[in-house]
Amino acid sequence: MSILSARLALGWMIGGEWRAHPARLALTAIAIAIGVALGFAVHLVNGSALSSFEGALRTVKGSADLQVNATSPLGFDEALYPRVATAAGVADASPVVILRATIGRRPVTLLGLDVIRAAQVTPSLVGVAPAGIDRRGDAAFDDAALYLSAAAMRNVNARPGAMLVVTANGRTATMRVAGRLPGVAEGEAIGVIDIAAAQWRFDRLGRLDRIDVKQQDGAAPPRLATILPRDATIGSDASDATRSDALSRAYRVNLDMLALVALLTGGFLVFSAQSLSVARRLRAFALVRTLGLPRNGIVATVALEGLAIGVIGATLGLLLGYALAYAALARFGADLGAGYFADGRVRLTFAPAAAIGFFALGLLAAVAGSVLPARIAARAPPAAALRNAGDVIDPRTPMPVRPAAILMLLGGGAALLPAIGGLPLFGFSSMALILAGGIAGMPWLARTLLAPLSRGAGRSVPVDLAIRHLHGAPAQAATALCGIVASTALMIAMAVMVTSFRGAVDEWLGQVLSDDLYLRVEGGAGLDPAAQARLRTVPGITAIAYSRQIPLTLAPDRPPVSLIARPVVTDGPDPSLVLLESGRARPAGTAPIWISEPAARLYGWTVGDSVTLPIAGRYVVAGIWRDYARQQGAIIVRDTDYTRATGDRTRTEAAITLARGADPRTVERALTAAAPPALAGLVAIARPATLRRYALELFDRSFAVTYLLEGVAILVGLAGVAATMSAQTIARTREFGMLRHIGVAKRQIVTMLATEGALLGLVGGIAGITLGGVMAQVLVHVINPQSFNWTMATRIPWGSVGEVALALIVAAAGTAVLAGRRAIAADAVRMVREDW
Amino acid sequence: MQDRALLRVTALEKSVPGGRQLFRGLDLTARAGQLIAIVGESGVGKSTLLNILAGLDAPDAGHVAIEDTILDTLDEAALTRLRATRIGFVFQAFHVLPYLTLRQNVALPLALVSNDRRAIADQAQAMLARVGLGTRGDGYARDLSGGELQRVAIARALVHRPALILADEPTGNLDPDTAAKILTLFSDAVREQGVAAIIVTHSAAAAAIADDVLTLTASGLERAR
Repeated sequence: MSILSARLALGWMIGGEWRAHPARLALTAIAIAIGVALGFAVHLVNGSALSSFEGALRTVKGSADLQVNATSPLGFDEALYPRVATAAGVADASPVVILRATIGRRPVTLLGLDVIRAAQVTPSLVGVAPAGIDRRGDAAFDDAALYLSAAAMRNVNARPGAMLVVTANGRTATMRVAGRLPGVAEGEAIGVIDIAAAQWRFDRLGRLDRIDVKQQDGAAPPRLATILPRDATIGSDASDATRSDALSRAYRVNLDMLALVALLTGGFLVFSAQSLSVARRLRAFALVRTLGLPRNGIVATVALEGLAIGVIGATLGLLLGYALAYAALARFGADLGAGYFADGRVRLTFAPAAAIGFFALGLLAAVAGSVLPARIAARAPPAAALRNAGDVIDPRTPMPVRPAAILMLLGGGAALLPAIGGLPLFGFSSMALILAGGIAGMPWLARTLLAPLSRGAGRSVPVDLAIRHLHGAPAQAATALCGIVASTALMIAMAVMVTSFRGAVDEWLGQVLSDDLYLRVEGGAGLDPAAQARLRTVPGITAIAYSRQIPLTLAPDRPPVSLIARPVVTDGPDPSLVLLESGRARPAGTAPIWISEPAARLYGWTVGDSVTLPIAGRYVVAGIWRDYARQQGAIIVRDTDYTRATGDRTRTEAAITLARGADPRTVERALTAAAPPALAGLVAIARPATLRRYALELFDRSFAVTYLLEGVAILVGLAGVAATMSAQTIARTREFGMLRHIGVAKRQIVTMLATEGALLGLVGGIAGITLGGVMAQVLVHVINPQSFNWTMATRIPWGSVGEVALALIVAAAGTAVLAGRRAIAADAVRMVREDW
Repeated sequence: MQDRALLRVTALEKSVPGGRQLFRGLDLTARAGQLIAIVGESGVGKSTLLNILAGLDAPDAGHVAIEDTILDTLDEAALTRLRATRIGFVFQAFHVLPYLTLRQNVALPLALVSNDRRAIADQAQAMLARVGLGTRGDGYARDLSGGELQRVAIARALVHRPALILADEPTGNLDPDTAAKILTLFSDAVREQGVAAIIVTHSAAAAAIADDVLTLTASGLERAR
C-alpha cells in the first residue's frame, strides 16, 4: 500500500483540518506571504535601481566595443588619442570629453565629441538637427551648438533654437540648442557639444576623459594596455557592470538577507502552528496509523498542508512584494534611502528569476516548518498515542542540549571564515547556525531557567501550577516561542549593530569635524589659486586649509576610491585624521599617503607598502585612518605632493578656523561674497553641527528600511506567539475543566495562564536577547567589516533591549489571558468531555 | 465457515520494560464468526495483547497469525497493509474524527487503499445503514450521542470486510442500555460477516454476548466460561 493509494483519505484529513481551523491556515499563509513580499520587494527595488543605473551608464557610453577611460576627472593627455586610434586591431576611435554641467541649476552630463569619429564608433550619441543628421558640419562644428536628449530638453524646458547658459568646470558659456539626441534612452539627461568647444570653453585644453574604440571585425581585441599611461585604463561593458554592481552589492545583499529574516520568522511561525496542529491531532494520526496508513502518510499529510500554505503564501507574497516595491520606489527612492543611486528616475523591472526564487523559498520555509513536527508525530507509537495523547508530559525527561551546542559551535566556526567574492556568506551562515542552535536549545534553557522556581514552595496554587506546567513541558514552550525568539534575536542583533555603527560614526564625526566652518564648491567647479588667496584675506579667519577630492579609478572593475589632496600635519597628531595605524620610515624619493580603513581592506595594503597610483610619483602608505564616509576607500595625499604630481592647483573644499570672537555668520557672508562670480550659487558653507546632523540624518535614512524590516519580523513573531499560545491554551480545555471540577476558580485559571504567559515571555526575551547579543558580534565584527570594510566597537542599546523584553512579556501574558478566557468560557462539565 | 481459523496465537510471551512479565505461554485461536471476550484485572496486559494481535507491538516470544499470515515475518509496511485490509478496530473512546463527515469516517479504511470515490461512498453508506445511521452520513461527530458514535466506529471496523476485529472496552463509555444495544449490533454484525472478533472488557454484559470468555493471567489465557 502506498501513499498514492491513500490519497483520498489524505485529502479528507487535510480538507477537514482546514475547514475546522481556517484561521490557522490563513495566519501561517500570511506569515509566509509577508516574508516573501519583503524579500521580493527589496530585491525588485535593488534590481530595478541597478538596471537603471547600468542603463544610464550604457547610454552615456554609447555603443563602443571598448573604452579607454581616465582614472580621475583630471582626464589624460590627448596625445594618447592618435596612439590608440592607430593601434593594431582598432577600426576607429572617438575622443570624448565628459563634463558635469548645469543648465539653469539642472544637472546635465555634457559630452564633447568629434562628430565624424562618433558617427562611426558611437552613432547613438550623434545629434540630429531638426532637418536631419548634421554631418556636414554646419552646426556640428559650431562651438555654440548643443544637442540635447529628450529628458534634458524637458528638464531645462528648451526647444531647438533656444539659447542656454551652460556652466561646467567653473566656466560658463552660452550655447544654442541645435537639435536632439534621438539615440539616447528615455529618461537620461545628456547634452553633446563639439569636442573642441568642450576643451576650449570649459578649460579642458589638451585633456580627454575617454576614447571610445571600435574593434576591427574578426581581429583579436586590441592590446591597448601597453600603450596606456597611468592616468588611463581600459573599460568594457563587463567591467562597467562589475563596477556598478560592486558599488552597492554589499548593501543590497545585506538588505536581501534582512528581508529573508522575515521569511525565516514566517517559517518558524509555520513550524509553531504546525507543531500545535500536529499535537492536537496526535490521536487522529494514531487512529489512521492503526487503521493502516503508513508512517510516511502522516509526514505526507502535514507536508502537503505546508506545501499548500507555501503556495498560497508565496503567491500572495509575490503580488504584495511587487506592490510594495512600487510603493517603496515612489516613497524612498531607488536605494531605499541609502544614497547609492542619487540621481535619476527608476522604473520597476519585474524579475522572473527572482520571483521563482522567492516563491521557492516561501515553499521551502512552509514545507520545512511542517515536515519537522510531522516526523515527530509519525514516530509516536499509535497505540500509546491513542490512549494517552494528552498525558505525554514527563518532567523527568531530560532536555537535549547537545544538538544546540553543536550548531552553536559550527556557527562560531563559520564566523571565523573569510568572505567569498567580497560577500560575508559564512558570516550569514554563522548567524543562521547560531540562531538554529539557540532555537534547538530553547527547551533546555526553559527547563534550566525554571528549575530553581519549580523547587520553590509556599506560592499560590495558580502560580505553582503555571511554573510546574512550563517546567514539565518546556518543549511546548519552545514551540510557542521559536518564532518570536528568532525575530527578537535578529532584531536585537540589528539594533546592537546599528547602535554600534551610529555611535562610532557620531564619535568619528566629532573627531574629524574639528574646524569652525566648512566650505565646498559644488557642480564640478573649483577654486583656482587666485580665488584661494582672496578667501584667505576674509576678515575673521585664522586659518584655512584647502583640499581637493576626486574619484580615482585604481581597477576598471572596482568603483573609484576618493583621492583627497589636503595639508596633513606630520610633526604631531592631526586632529582631523583619526589614525588606526601609522609608521614613520619611508624610502627617499617617495611621498606619504594615508589610506582609509576600507581602502586598506579592499586593496590589501598595509603601513609601509609601496603603492602605485594613476598619478605621477611614488607613494608609500604612512598610515591607516578611520573613515565611515567612503565605503569604496579613500586616499589622503599631501596637497603639495598632489600638485606636483598632477599640476592641478584647483581646490574644491576648505576647512576654516575662525579667529576668537569672530561671528560665523558674518564670515560665511564674507566668504560667499569673496568667491569668484562664476561660482555664484555653487559655494556651500556649513558649520560642524550642521554637517554632523546631516550625516546622522543620512545614516538614519539609510537604515530606515532596516528598522521597517525588523519591525515586520517582530510583528510576525508576536503574531506567532499569539497564535501558538492561544492554540496551546485552547488545547488544554479538559485540563481547565478538571481544575474547575476540583474547585479552582475561573479567576485562578486566568492568573495561572497570565503567569505562564509572562514566564514564557521572560524566557523568550532572555533567549532572544542573549542570542541577539551573540549574533550582533558576528554582525559587528564579521559581516560589517567583510561587507563594508570598516570596523567598530560594540555598543548595546539598553533602552531597546528593555523595551523588547517588556513587550514580549506583556504580549505573551496578554495573549495567554485572552485565549484562557475563551477556553474557560464553557461550563466545566462540557470541558472535561472534550475528546479531541 | 465457523471452522476456519482466522487468528492463531501460539506460545506468546510479553514483559513490560521494567521486566515484569505480563503473560507467557499464551495460546488462542479465533474462528470465523466467533466472538471471544478477554477479561482480567487492570494492568494484566489485555490492551498490550490487543496491540500485539494488531501488529502495533511485538511479543518477546511466540507467534501471531492472521489467516495464513504470520505477523513476525512482516516488516512495518506489510503490517500496516495488513491492518488496513484484514483488521478492524473498535475503541472505548470511539475516535470518530470530528472534522470528517460520518460517512467519511466510516469510509476511512477503504479510502486508505482505494481512490474509487463512488464505490467507497456506496459501501460506507450501506454500512451506516446497517448500524442504523443511514440518514446521518452527512452529519458530524458533534451531532451524535455516545451510542451513535460507537455505531459509527463499528461501521468503520466492518466496512472493509476484515478477517479480525479487535475491540478494546467498546462499551466502557456507554450507559448500560445503550451498551446492550451496541453489543447486540456488534455480535450480530460479526456473525453475519463471518469475522473473528476479540473483545477486551471489564463488562459482564459484554462478556455475556461472547461465544467464549477467557481470563488473562500471568500464565496465559484461562477459560472463564
